[in-house]
Amino acid sequence: MEEKRSAWERLQLVHTKGRPTVRDYIPLVFSDFYEMHGDRLYGDDKAILGGIGRLDGRPVTIIGQVKGRDLNENKACNFAMPHPEGYRKALRLARQAEKFHRPIVCFIDTPGAFCGVAAEERGMGEAIAKNIAEFMTLRTPIISIVLGEGGSGGALALGVCDELAMLENAQYSVLSPRGFATILWKDASREQEASEIMRITAEDMVSLGVAEAIIEEPLGGAHNDLDKISENIKEYLSLKIPEKCQKDIDELLKERYTKFRKIGEFIE
Amino acid sequence: MIRLFEDFFGVVKKRFNSGIEDDYKPPMFKCPRCQSLSPLSKYEELHRVCPLCNYHGRLSAAERIAVTVDKGSFKEFDADMKSGNPIDFPDYTEKQEKLRESTDINDAVVTGTAMIKGSEVVIGIMDSRYMMGSMGSVVGEKIARAFEYATENGLPVVMFTASGGARMQEGIVSLMQMAKTSGAVKLHSDNGGLYIAVMTDPTTGGVTASFASLGDIIIAEPKVIIGFAGRRVIENTIKQRLPEDFQLAEFMHEKGFVDMIVERRKMRSVLSHLLKLHGYDKKEV
Repeated sequence: MEEKRSAWERLQLVHTKGRPTVRDYIPLVFSDFYEMHGDRLYGDDKAILGGIGRLDGRPVTIIGQVKGRDLNENKACNFAMPHPEGYRKALRLARQAEKFHRPIVCFIDTPGAFCGVAAEERGMGEAIAKNIAEFMTLRTPIISIVLGEGGSGGALALGVCDELAMLENAQYSVLSPRGFATILWKDASREQEASEIMRITAEDMVSLGVAEAIIEEPLGGAHNDLDKISENIKEYLSLKIPEKCQKDIDELLKERYTKFRKIGEFIE
Repeated sequence: MIRLFEDFFGVVKKRFNSGIEDDYKPPMFKCPRCQSLSPLSKYEELHRVCPLCNYHGRLSAAERIAVTVDKGSFKEFDADMKSGNPIDFPDYTEKQEKLRESTDINDAVVTGTAMIKGSEVVIGIMDSRYMMGSMGSVVGEKIARAFEYATENGLPVVMFTASGGARMQEGIVSLMQMAKTSGAVKLHSDNGGLYIAVMTDPTTGGVTASFASLGDIIIAEPKVIIGFAGRRVIENTIKQRLPEDFQLAEFMHEKGFVDMIVERRKMRSVLSHLLKLHGYDKKEV
């Protein structure tokens, strides 16, 4: 492993052009992938993809936020900032997974849920809240992996799981460092300072009990060796999915609840 | 003609008021919704409701308890719980010490049990005076415990929400409180418990995107702000001004995310009816 980068350096790295996206990983980690579309209520949000595939032969449901690899793709997927219908599509597919006893793999990679008029009109708050609550009791194993950016409630809506892994340089945060600096200090230019203070790195997530695992990236970052990073992701999933599937489901749900229940620091 | 009338009324008003001492100016309330001024005494008399536009202003947790539950029935949970500093954020501990001194609360939510016209409930009231009602470890823990208590004891929950969202000073730990609270709501719901969320001014961000939006019944007070993203954030994203009524309770009601808008003076009786409709008056006390 290389020397540890600072939070700020990693932030630059996850924004590097060419950093692999969920669409790059799917063909290398899964086989027989079929993409499914729409929330059956409003439309099909291109910022979240979902479908069915196989992991080592076992059928799994795959849900992930989609970043574009160029401007056109980014326009189509709204820079991975979902609308409510994206989260409702995710929930529809998650319930389908539960029905057919398929484990779920979520890939988180979003700056946050989209902030716009239509998103508010269609109930962004309700859509995120619903996913968080429903994922907590879905009777099938869920593993989430943060690929690059895990921004705010928009990330957590795919982040209620039995185990969360971070790619080595990925970040997970309550708000982007830029937004954080704007809100707390009314000064967006203090973004770097915010990134160092907020505790957003993979190691921070493990020490705060938010994540359980870190998936190592190739030298220089994920974009330097797509095959290698895909192999690492696959190795992690191949270990964890069977492990979670073997567990008694009621036991698994209890552990899932407890995982989140115990995060927090207070004095009585 | 219209102008003339205005002048006329202006003169009449002046004459009317001339009986009061010249230098006495009663304290005024400026409504954040309609921007108009009215005497503070009138606003207070209406339990902080703008007499002109019906905007329902903010109440402290203690004031909310006083106007909502049966006198003397409130029993508080976890009154002494105080926040730690999970990401060692500079000045966070000091800031909170000051706030605890200047308010009568230890964090942004007060929880407990109470009676509403004879029906026993678990109640939670967020207080926006404390760091804009933001949700950190204490808010998350107290709300989760309140729902767990309600689940164990077969009680309904009434939650008055008021929040700017996640508590930035607790970083990712504050985000996780959304999962903690929503999980506890879900278990209460799966157990058949009734949860009535009452959205008060303002209900936004991570609280809207978690337990506030998960009520079996969602009530809002008139003219309060309800939304996920902040108004200014959206204006910056879309580079245009938003209409005045955007994200008001009435807007969210129109869009189907709020069941009913209830005035403060009727809240207690509406809550009582809804509790009874769900059979919660039969409870032995």
